[in-house]
Amino acid sequence: MKTHQAKRVEITIEAIMQSRLTDALKKAGVTGFTVLPVLGGSGRSGAWTRSGEIGRAAGMVQVICIIRPERLNGLLDAAFAVVEKHIGVVSVVDCEVLRAERF
Amino acid sequence: MEEILTLAGNNLLSPIILSFALGVAASLARSDLSVPEAAAKALSIYLLFAIGFKGGVSVAAHGIDIKLGLSLLAGVILSAVLPLVAFALLNVITGLSRLDAAAVAAHYGSISIVTFVAATSVLESSGIASEGYMVAVAAAMEAPAILSALWLISRGGDGRRMDSDLWREILLNGSIVLLVGSFLIGWITGEEGLEEISSFIVAPFKGVLCLFLLDMGLVAGRGLRNGGGVLRPGVLAFGVLMPLIGSAFGLGTGLLLGLSPGGVVLMMVLSASASYIAVPAAMRVALPEANPSIYLTLSLGVTFPFNLTLGIPLYVAVATALTGG
Repeated sequence: MKTHQAKRVEITIEAIMQSRLTDALKKAGVTGFTVLPVLGGSGRSGAWTRSGEIGRAAGMVQVICIIRPERLNGLLDAAFAVVEKHIGVVSVVDCEVLRAERF
Repeated sequence: MEEILTLAGNNLLSPIILSFALGVAASLARSDLSVPEAAAKALSIYLLFAIGFKGGVSVAAHGIDIKLGLSLLAGVILSAVLPLVAFALLNVITGLSRLDAAAVAAHYGSISIVTFVAATSVLESSGIASEGYMVAVAAAMEAPAILSALWLISRGGDGRRMDSDLWREILLNGSIVLLVGSFLIGWITGEEGLEEISSFIVAPFKGVLCLFLLDMGLVAGRGLRNGGGVLRPGVLAFGVLMPLIGSAFGLGTGLLLGLSPGGVVLMMVLSASASYIAVPAAMRVALPEANPSIYLTLSLGVTFPFNLTLGIPLYVAVATALTGG
């Protein structure tokens, strides 16, 4: 099976910023992404969990985009403008995908 | 004084407070007891709907008067002014940065709807009447405090832009929409509407409130466990002093408006409580550099338990003594 090189960008960000981030990604031409709930974790701002929370202030989500390598910089510029001052992590890993025309 | 102690004693031994205490104790003891996020949200939706609906029914039964408009206006003014008082107090007794102080101040101008719900439950148990439209006052007091906090920051030369998304999130956050919406439904359908669904929103109310406060206790305990280190003595003192100062503002306003004893209590509770749903979310967007551990732990871990256990009985005693209720 033929596979194609791609970049997988994982952005873990405060839930309250989710729509701002995905809007920025769409504006940058990123049409495909997946949003996952994050149950909990720990970082510079301390430990946290979604358990029992009723507000969005304490929650995080993960936005995952898989894109062609040449589109990476545009995506990161758009994402950085949103996440710069906020709690979260942005990571990029190499991956391979089937059906390259979809990315 | 004896009356306050009796009321406080009865309040402390109520199922509602003991449920909260259980949650805090379980969390501090690192028990694996937890309420799933979806269940906690469902409980909060139930409570907001029930309290809003019953408030609307009360307005339908008693009619509206000029006091409703004046109370709404007073609520907005209190919400806008209290952050200024809180900010000044924070500057005097804590060493918080301007950003952190403004973020904390916003929480103390806005309101805690759960404290409000708990206070209405105490009033009902004590047979003290209150104005149904205080629910609408609660909704009106959610947002102005956020604007005051941003103004405090802009005065320091650090202008913050309010984008349209933030405006929408502040003015149309789920709690406000549900509270105001159910209030209107209750107002429109009146006693007949209440009769139709009373077995759902009246009888189970206190039981649901107990479960919700169990969850609040778990969250508060967790906050204290994880974020207690950020609460230096001055900050901790603020968490107890500010509700007392806020309640004094609420007391004066309630008396000035000529509210019923229960209405004065609720105005005191609204002024004394600190937000931990709407404002933290707004602060994360508008002031992301402010430390959320400080304002979340202070609001939910210090002021909320204080109001729930000692504050509400104190406010009831003072308001009934001064109104002759």
